[in-house]
Amino acid sequence: MIEKVDELKISGEAFHSRLFVGTGKFQSGEILSKAVLASKSQMVTVAMKRANPTAEKDSILDFLDTANVRILPNTSGVRDAKEAIFVARMAREALGTNWLKLEIHPDPKYLMPDPVATLEATRELSKDGFVVLPYCHADPVLCKLLEEAGAAAVMPLGSPIGSNQGLESREFLRIIIEQANVPVVVDAGIGAPSQASEAMEMGASAVLVNTAIAVSPDPVIMGKAFAGAVKAGRAAHLAGLGDVRKSAYATSPLTGFLSS
Amino acid sequence: MNSFLDKYENTSWANISSRIELSTREDVESALNSEGRCGLQGFAALLSPIAGIEYLEEMAQLAHKLTMQRFGKVIRLFAPMYLSNECTNVCDYCGFSLGNKIPRKTLSIAEILKETAALRSQGFEHVLLVTGESANKVSTDYLFKAITVLNEYFSNVSMEVQPLDQSDYQHLIKAGLHAVLVYQETYDRKSYAKHHIKGKKTNFNWRLETADRLGRAGINKIGLGCLYGLTEDWRTDSFFAALHLDYLEKKYWQTSFSMSFPRIRPYEGEMSPLVDLQNRDLVQLLCAFRIFNHELELSLSTRESPALREQLLPLGITTMSAGSKTNPGGYSVSDDSLEQFSISDERSPDEVAQMLSLKGYEPVWKDWDSSYHFKSKTEPSKSTFSGERNSSDIKMVS
Repeated sequence: MIEKVDELKISGEAFHSRLFVGTGKFQSGEILSKAVLASKSQMVTVAMKRANPTAEKDSILDFLDTANVRILPNTSGVRDAKEAIFVARMAREALGTNWLKLEIHPDPKYLMPDPVATLEATRELSKDGFVVLPYCHADPVLCKLLEEAGAAAVMPLGSPIGSNQGLESREFLRIIIEQANVPVVVDAGIGAPSQASEAMEMGASAVLVNTAIAVSPDPVIMGKAFAGAVKAGRAAHLAGLGDVRKSAYATSPLTGFLSS
Repeated sequence: MNSFLDKYENTSWANISSRIELSTREDVESALNSEGRCGLQGFAALLSPIAGIEYLEEMAQLAHKLTMQRFGKVIRLFAPMYLSNECTNVCDYCGFSLGNKIPRKTLSIAEILKETAALRSQGFEHVLLVTGESANKVSTDYLFKAITVLNEYFSNVSMEVQPLDQSDYQHLIKAGLHAVLVYQETYDRKSYAKHHIKGKKTNFNWRLETADRLGRAGINKIGLGCLYGLTEDWRTDSFFAALHLDYLEKKYWQTSFSMSFPRIRPYEGEMSPLVDLQNRDLVQLLCAFRIFNHELELSLSTRESPALREQLLPLGITTMSAGSKTNPGGYSVSDDSLEQFSISDERSPDEVAQMLSLKGYEPVWKDWDSSYHFKSKTEPSKSTFSGERNSSDIKMVS
C-alpha cells in the first residue's frame, strides 16, 4: 500500500530523502557541498576526528552550517564503548546535536564493528538522551538487541566499508528488515546506484553512501544518480515487486502424468 | 616473550632474495589479479626485477585505484618537531652521530611552546616529535612532559625517538601519545652492524623487538620502514619490512600501521649514500606495498624533491610532511646549523596545501582529536572542541 506522503521517520523526525551521505574522501569542501546538494540528502555524517569546529575554516562544517541537512556526527576512530561514549558527549557539546551515528571498530584494517561494545554504548547513550544510530554487522539478533537497547534505527553493513562490493549480506539484511521495528539503514559497501536500488527494493528504510560518491570522477553527477536510484528502489518496494520464479519449467516431467 | 625475532631468525635472507629474483611473469600476473589479497608471496613477485621492468604501469594503476577506494582524494599533513639532536650512537649515515662536531641542543618546554606556536600558526594539527638517541638528555620523563604539553595544542602527537621499554610506552600513551615510528633502518644484520658502529643502537634485536613492545603497550599506530641506501639488496630488505608488518598486523590487530620510504640524504657527516635507490625503484616499492596492503598509511617526507613528491602522490601516498625543519628549534628559535639532514622540498606548508588542491586532493590537517585519548575523563576538556586552542593563546611556561 502506498501512503500519500512517503517519509522516513527516525525518532519522530521526518525526512523526504532516504539517502544518507558520508563526508569523507572528498577532493574539496566545494565538491562535497555540490555533491550533497545534488544528492538531495537530508542526513549527512561527519567524523568527529576530522571536524574542527573551533578552527577558522572547516571545509565540511562550514558548508553543513548553511545547508538544510541534519548533521549526524559519527564516532569513527574509537576502539571501545568508553571512548565512543566520550566522543558522543563531545559531539553533542561541540555540534549541538544529540543525534549520533555510533561506530566502534577496534580493528583499524577492515573497520569491522564491535558488536559487544556497540550494544553496550547504545544502551548507555540512549539512556543519556541520544538518538543513536548504530553501525553494525548484518546480524539479525544483534539488530533486535540494539533495538531493545534503545537504538533509533539500525545500520547494518552491506559489505566491508569502502569496498563497493554491494549487498554481500543480502540474505541477512532480508531477515533484519523483516524483523525490525525501527528503520533499517543499509550502511557500508554500496558502490553503485543499482546496489542502492536493490537495498531499497528489498525494503530498507534508507541507505548510506560515501566512497562511491566521493571517489567518483564526477561526485556531483554520482550524487544525483544515487538520489534517483534510491527513489526508484523505494517506489518499486512500495509498488510491490513480482516474485522471481525459483525455477523455470515449460513442461511438467514429474507431474505431467496426472493430466494425461 | 614471543616476538618478531623468532620469525626473523627462521626466515632466510638468501632464500627470500632468490625467490624475488626468480619471480616469473606468471607470478607477477597472479599477484596483480588475485581474487583477494596477494599475500607475501605476491608481494615478493611485485618486488621482482621483472615486475619493475614490465609491469610498472599496471602496478601503478592498481595502486592508485586501491588508494582512492580506501583513502579517497585526501592527503594528511603533519610536521616533524625536532626536540633534540643529542645522540650517544655512532652511525655513519646520520647527522646526529656522536662524533659529529655540531652544536647540541635539547629544547626546553618553553622552547617547545615557541615551536608549537609557529607550527600551529601554519595550520598543523598533527605533530611528530623527533630526537636523537640520548636517554639522559631525552628521558621518558622529558618526553612525558613534552607530550602532555603538546596535547593541549595539537590534535595528534606522535614520536620518533630511541626505542623504549613497554612500561615507558604505556606511560607515554597515558600522556596522549598516538603513534611511534621506529624504523629498523635495515633488516640485514650485516649491513646493520656495519652502519651502527657504537652505542645502544648497535643492538639489532632490541630495535627489532620494539614494535612488539609497542603493540603490547597498546599504541594506536606503529610506523615501520627501511632507510634506503644502507643495504644493497633493497628488494629483500623491503620484503622483511613487509614480513614484519604482516606479523604485527595479525598479532596486534587493534593497531594501525604506516610505512615510510626514506632515502639517505646529504648530512653533516662523513659519507654519501652507498646505494642509490632509483626513482623507478621507489615507484615500484610504493605500488608493491599498496597492492600488498590496501589500508597501510604510506608516508612521504620532504627528503624528496617537490617534483617527485607530486608524481608519487597518486601511487598510494596518504600522508606527507611539509615545510619541515630537521633541527631542534628550527621553526622559531635556531638557524639551520644543527640539522639531521637537508630537506629537498623547501616549500611552505601553505604552498604544499595549494599544490595538493591543484592536484585534486583535499589537504587534511586534522584527522584525530587529542581528547580521544582521555577516556578516563568524563567530560571533554582540552580538546579542539573546547574552543581554547588557538596558537595565539599559547602560554609561555618554563
